[in-house]
Amino acid sequence: MIPYVLAIVLLAVGVYAIACKRNLIKVILGVMIADYAVNLFLILMGYRTGVGGAPIRTPAMDTPEKFAAASVDPLPQALILTSIVIGLGMTALMAALAIRLHEKYGTFDVAEMKKLQG
Amino acid sequence: MDHTLPLLVAIPLGVGFLMPLLEKLKEPEWLMDLLATLAGAVLLALSLSLIGVKDIAYWMGGWDATKGIVGIELRCDGLTRLMLVTIGGVALAAILFSLRYMRRYTSKGFYFCLFFLMVAGMNGTVLAGDLFNLYVFLEVAAISSYALVAFGCESEELEASFKYLVLGGVASTFVLFGIGILYNLTGTLNMAAVRQQVAALADPQAPNLALYVAAGFFVMGLGLKAAMVPFHAWLPDAHPSAPAPISAMLSGVLIKALGVYALARLFFTVLGPTAEFATVLMALGGLSMLGGVLLAVGQWDFKRLLAYHSISQMGYVVLALGIGAAVIAHGGPKAVAGLAIFGGLFHLFNHAAFKSLLFLCSGATEYATGTRQLKELGGLAHKMPITSGCCRVASLSIAGVPPFNGFWSKLIIIVAAVQAGYLWLAALATLVAFLTLVSFVKVQRYVIAGELPPQHAAVREVPASMCVAMVALAVVCLAAGLLAPYLMAAHGAPFLDQAVAAIAPGWNAAASLALGGPLP
Repeated sequence: MIPYVLAIVLLAVGVYAIACKRNLIKVILGVMIADYAVNLFLILMGYRTGVGGAPIRTPAMDTPEKFAAASVDPLPQALILTSIVIGLGMTALMAALAIRLHEKYGTFDVAEMKKLQG
Repeated sequence: MDHTLPLLVAIPLGVGFLMPLLEKLKEPEWLMDLLATLAGAVLLALSLSLIGVKDIAYWMGGWDATKGIVGIELRCDGLTRLMLVTIGGVALAAILFSLRYMRRYTSKGFYFCLFFLMVAGMNGTVLAGDLFNLYVFLEVAAISSYALVAFGCESEELEASFKYLVLGGVASTFVLFGIGILYNLTGTLNMAAVRQQVAALADPQAPNLALYVAAGFFVMGLGLKAAMVPFHAWLPDAHPSAPAPISAMLSGVLIKALGVYALARLFFTVLGPTAEFATVLMALGGLSMLGGVLLAVGQWDFKRLLAYHSISQMGYVVLALGIGAAVIAHGGPKAVAGLAIFGGLFHLFNHAAFKSLLFLCSGATEYATGTRQLKELGGLAHKMPITSGCCRVASLSIAGVPPFNGFWSKLIIIVAAVQAGYLWLAALATLVAFLTLVSFVKVQRYVIAGELPPQHAAVREVPASMCVAMVALAVVCLAAGLLAPYLMAAHGAPFLDQAVAAIAPGWNAAASLALGGPLP
């Protein structure tokens, strides 16, 4: 139970950074932390106490049932690989936008970027 | 095996990645234009060809999870067909409009690349038969839309895009968290299988808390994507900052495919409609409806005004879905639930037509005059007759003036609200319809009627390809409005009826009865 709660706490840390930090770079870090909280949560879900072997199929495991009994759930691992790649794309785009914004305004401070009104 | 479903994702992906290549090879511009238009037309034709076909379940690579262990499913039911046709239609109009409009920007190849990636993402989202694919396609569409909002690279655009990106990123994180919880509960990602497991878990004595946590994450995540009040802060910045055809795509289909479609899919077919979810949907819908329109009334920026109205009009759709869910959850009359959902989905389709048309009109006036401030415009009725005519049609549609399409869908939603016993929601919907009318009278007054400002004396009508795009959408608005009563009375709207059947099976056939139609 505790690992799940900690994953949610990590998510909350990320959301706090996004909501309360004024520096663009810190906001980006906040999004990354929230992203990794979810990845952590997914990988924890696939862990099975007691059996936790790597999900590699050996000749001895000739049926799916034997494989499932001896290893952790491989599906969340596949999912977070995809999720990490998506997170990378998003971080790269955020960093690119932050650089362009810095060129325009000469600062990373969100409070000084207010060409858009409410 | 019919391969139409994967083609709907593969064609835009292929065309999308071909575009930057053509750009690099210094191919002439007409080649890119031709390719984009052809791809748009093919996608629309493929989507239309699915109408009337039975529901399809397509297993990628022939790996059938109902027979084996793993498999990725693409699923096409009534709701998917409705969304595919909507996406295809608006995308084709936006492509036609872009041909000339996007010449003002730097690189058409990269623009079309992102455009088609967004279309591929949206088609994939509505086709996805399992939860994780839904998330992946949602992200493909969302990330391309972030980049498209920033396409002009001006300060405002970058700022709007960054805001949109951060909030969109948080939304995706929440959605993935919810999906993770559902996977943990059920051990599967396939939507149909998750539905069975969730139904088995449902126990009125001891409600499963994890299910509510997952539902909460979905409401926050998808509410952000759909820009429901109070999660709407990014939309009025992001939608007006994008180039006009992209604003049309974002407001016309993106918030529907990513937000409302995913909400409807998850709440109706995966989690199952319960009284609590229905209350949440109605609250979100009612708040957005009122909040959006109140913020819109005071706007003087043409596109920003339209963006606020998107929030308000999507509120109608979510409200109608909420009423439908509430009636189903309380075991009320089937006709009312069917009617509410029918009205909501009809409004979704109508909103796609008239809101993208309005954004294209705002783009056309901006293209011709160089401004989108209502106070600097005026008297364009004679200078730009086609744009003005289309703008009139769209304004009358969104304001809900008979016989245009917006009137019928709003009428159905209000009738359904009354029949379901939510009189105050019906009153609220009527009030919002009135405020929308007020707001669009202002648009008419300041853009089309009035005095022509001296600086716009040399304004001319926009090029033919842009006019074609606008006229096509205006025809859809008019046709849907004029045919609506006939179709409803004859129970002949199989297109929408099947869409209702997809999220509320067995509740659809009764919809036309409530309007006095014959038995099916």
